[in-house]
Amino acid sequence: MSARNRELLALIPVALLVTAGFAAVLIVESNQLGNLSVLYGVYFLALCLITHLVIRRRLPDADPFLFPLVALLAAFGMVMIYRIDDGLARDQANWFVLGLVLFAATIVFLRDYEVLERYRYVIATVGIGLLLLPRLPGIGAQTNDAYLSIQFGSLSFQPTELAKICIIVFLASYLREKREVLVVGARRIAGITFPPLKHLGPLLVVWGASMVMLVFIRDLGSSLMFFAAFLALLYVATARISFVIIGMTMFVVGAWFFANTVGHVQERFDIWLDPFDKADSAGYQIAQSMFAQADGGLTGRGLGEALLQLPAVSPACAADFPNCGAILPAPHTDFIYAVIVNELGLFGAAAVVMIYGMIAARGFKTAIIADDGFSKLLATGLTTVLALQAFVIIGGVTRVIPLTGVTLPFISYGGSSIIANFVILALLLMISDKARRRVREQNEAYEAEYA
Amino acid sequence: MNSQIVKLFGLVIVLYALLLGFTSYWSIFDANDLKANTANRRPLLEEQRIHRGDILASDGTVIARSVPQGEGENKIFVRRYPQGSLFGNPIGYNFVQRGRVGFELSHNDELVGNKTEFLSLLDKIQGHEQEGDTVTSALDPQAQQVATDALAGVRGSVVAIVPDTGEVRVMVSNPTYDPNLIPDHFQQLNTDQSAPLFNRATQAGYPPGSTMKVVTAAAALDSGDFSPDTTLSGASPQQCGGVSLSNAGGDQFGEIDMTTALTNSVNTYWCQVAEQIGPERLFQYMDRFGFNQKPKLDYPGFQLATSGVFDDGSLLDAGDAIDIGRVGIGQERLLVTPLQMAEVAASVANDGELMEPRLWSKVTDSDERIKRLDPERQANVMSDDTANTLTEMMTDVVNEGTGGAAALASDQVAGKTGTAELDPAAGINQAWFIGFAPADDPEIAVAVTVEHTTGQGGTVAAPIAQQVMESILNG
Repeated sequence: MSARNRELLALIPVALLVTAGFAAVLIVESNQLGNLSVLYGVYFLALCLITHLVIRRRLPDADPFLFPLVALLAAFGMVMIYRIDDGLARDQANWFVLGLVLFAATIVFLRDYEVLERYRYVIATVGIGLLLLPRLPGIGAQTNDAYLSIQFGSLSFQPTELAKICIIVFLASYLREKREVLVVGARRIAGITFPPLKHLGPLLVVWGASMVMLVFIRDLGSSLMFFAAFLALLYVATARISFVIIGMTMFVVGAWFFANTVGHVQERFDIWLDPFDKADSAGYQIAQSMFAQADGGLTGRGLGEALLQLPAVSPACAADFPNCGAILPAPHTDFIYAVIVNELGLFGAAAVVMIYGMIAARGFKTAIIADDGFSKLLATGLTTVLALQAFVIIGGVTRVIPLTGVTLPFISYGGSSIIANFVILALLLMISDKARRRVREQNEAYEAEYA
Repeated sequence: MNSQIVKLFGLVIVLYALLLGFTSYWSIFDANDLKANTANRRPLLEEQRIHRGDILASDGTVIARSVPQGEGENKIFVRRYPQGSLFGNPIGYNFVQRGRVGFELSHNDELVGNKTEFLSLLDKIQGHEQEGDTVTSALDPQAQQVATDALAGVRGSVVAIVPDTGEVRVMVSNPTYDPNLIPDHFQQLNTDQSAPLFNRATQAGYPPGSTMKVVTAAAALDSGDFSPDTTLSGASPQQCGGVSLSNAGGDQFGEIDMTTALTNSVNTYWCQVAEQIGPERLFQYMDRFGFNQKPKLDYPGFQLATSGVFDDGSLLDAGDAIDIGRVGIGQERLLVTPLQMAEVAASVANDGELMEPRLWSKVTDSDERIKRLDPERQANVMSDDTANTLTEMMTDVVNEGTGGAAALASDQVAGKTGTAELDPAAGINQAWFIGFAPADDPEIAVAVTVEHTTGQGGTVAAPIAQQVMESILNG
């Protein structure tokens, strides 16, 4: 079976999940939802089909499972968001349109992703610029003390989401070129291998940038995600675990220092260690997240059955749900994982985490079969940043690590996240298409020779 | 680079396993602790969505019911109390704004239909919505009304118990409150000087006065060293615990027997009895009657007060420095609840056996399955013979002594009055009557008390007891 037919077949579970999920929510909440709202589900499935056709036309050899796995996550997200608020589900479906337009544009206009290597310093500058945008007066906006988004009228956008792509592209390109010198020039001091001083500069710059993000943008989640992705790439490029240890030590020391000096970061740590100490104020979110998970249990309450909203809130507030009157704040963005545990139980949550695991597997597989260093590092970097982002937010919601506000890729409500993650998917599929085409052509040549 | 990529994937798998480990911890292993966390308002909010079961009186009268409010996801059930203030104190209230107290709190599990984990799962699979059970209380609305009317205008309490089952037929605390007013007027009710939210029947500690002589008599008779014919001097005043003690009104008696001493409530006689049996034995019998511990009523612990001898709020025992003679006549620093004194009367009435008091009598679930009260014995306070002897002496109190106002035309009443002087100069008393009827086969035991009255147990409390017993036996 061709890769594309396999992909089409793998979209069937997505269609079933969306159909069953929307039907279940509609049945439970029939008194609140209009029958037409089911069309958002149909709308979503049509988008999946169109995307499939784009891939079939442009990237015929690309990995057949990456897109269906992403679609499965998006379907989970659509159903949960539909369950939280049908208006949000319509908006989310619209964001998918924009995301897929960018997805198609990336594939059609970029043609050969290897040109990115040539513009790596431009891309790095753009990335850093994007990171700093939220601090610009006028358009910068602050959420929960962190500078994460920019505001154009009523439209808000989180530039960190796009910045992460720029930075991964830069790192992949930079490390592809410097990996040899980093390894060859390394010196052992006191049993630890240090990279050569003259190439240490750019690495210190990355560390410094992460620290600046921590203090300047006050976003521990993004900072952690970028730096961890950087270390992962450094390790893959140089095979030196000591570089990773040095880097991690630097990060922990830096983070610890700022945790003790910057109030915002410090509070995050305190809440992480004991959310119940301030269960009514600062620890409210994380305490409520745990209560929601406890309420879910093994099998969950069932779609539409969990308690999300305070009863008897004022009518004005009820109309503005989930921004007002939600028991668990931000149920559609940061805490959507807690809502999934609440309604679908440990089983549903395990399914979500396993899908992320499978996406990581396909992404790393792509990196392995790619034959040039840039493709390998780029695929590794993109996969890592996606996998880590899921870890950072789920880890925050489940108290594995301090809570930071990043979105759950492909599931959380939000435009910037969807757009950026679809660009990542496009890049991964392009790397995969090239690598697998080469493998296919080699096989065909081999077969032709021995036929 | 490939082997590093594989190791990186391994790391991602480890991190994801960590996520699932933590998720399982919160959702399964630590779930019960999280659900019980005080910051977790989910259970309270969830319960507002459940159709809370009705609370009925013993005859089926609806005391509390739930009405739906709002729609869809916002639909909750709100409590209504159709009888207004009649059952205010014993039943309590349940509102999301103010939580719950009283019977509503102690029977919450049945009222919201909480079942075992397995049964709930079964319900969920079958698509049944959780529904509360109907809880029928033992309270008799007619007698409750009679007692409430009888206490009109005074502060006090009436408790009536079925001696052989422990069922509480009447529990009145006056002034009371209308639970329907709780959501909007809680502050006002809570700061009211007359303390309407305070359940005097179970929470108030009053000096018991001469009703305590029933406890002293039970201890004396049951020890075998005393009989109704034991004669002692009833002269007044006499030394009691080294301090001069007088009889009520300074009445003088000669050498009298125990029946006469009870009938006329002769303080000097009973002081000698208490001193002779000593603190150890008197406390032993008080313990059997249920003193020195919280009553075993199906009621929230914080709304149950312990009866006993207190010094500055802390409970004393037999080993402490106590004027035991005055404890025996209900003075000293003895404080008792009306519920405790009703249990004293009920123990004598039930051939010396104290049954655990119960406000509920029946639970009916949504499938009409019925669970009935299975009465439980709390203590064997005294022998059958002692109880019968004491009953005879107590009938004398009603027939010939201070308790005449409690007499019923239809049935023989046994009882004991009490008048604790709060302010002898101003003639302010705590008036009591405890008793039961019919004396030969008791159906109801009562305790009545009136605060700050110029009247006496026999004139103020006994008539109220008479009306309540009349209502229960002949209503």
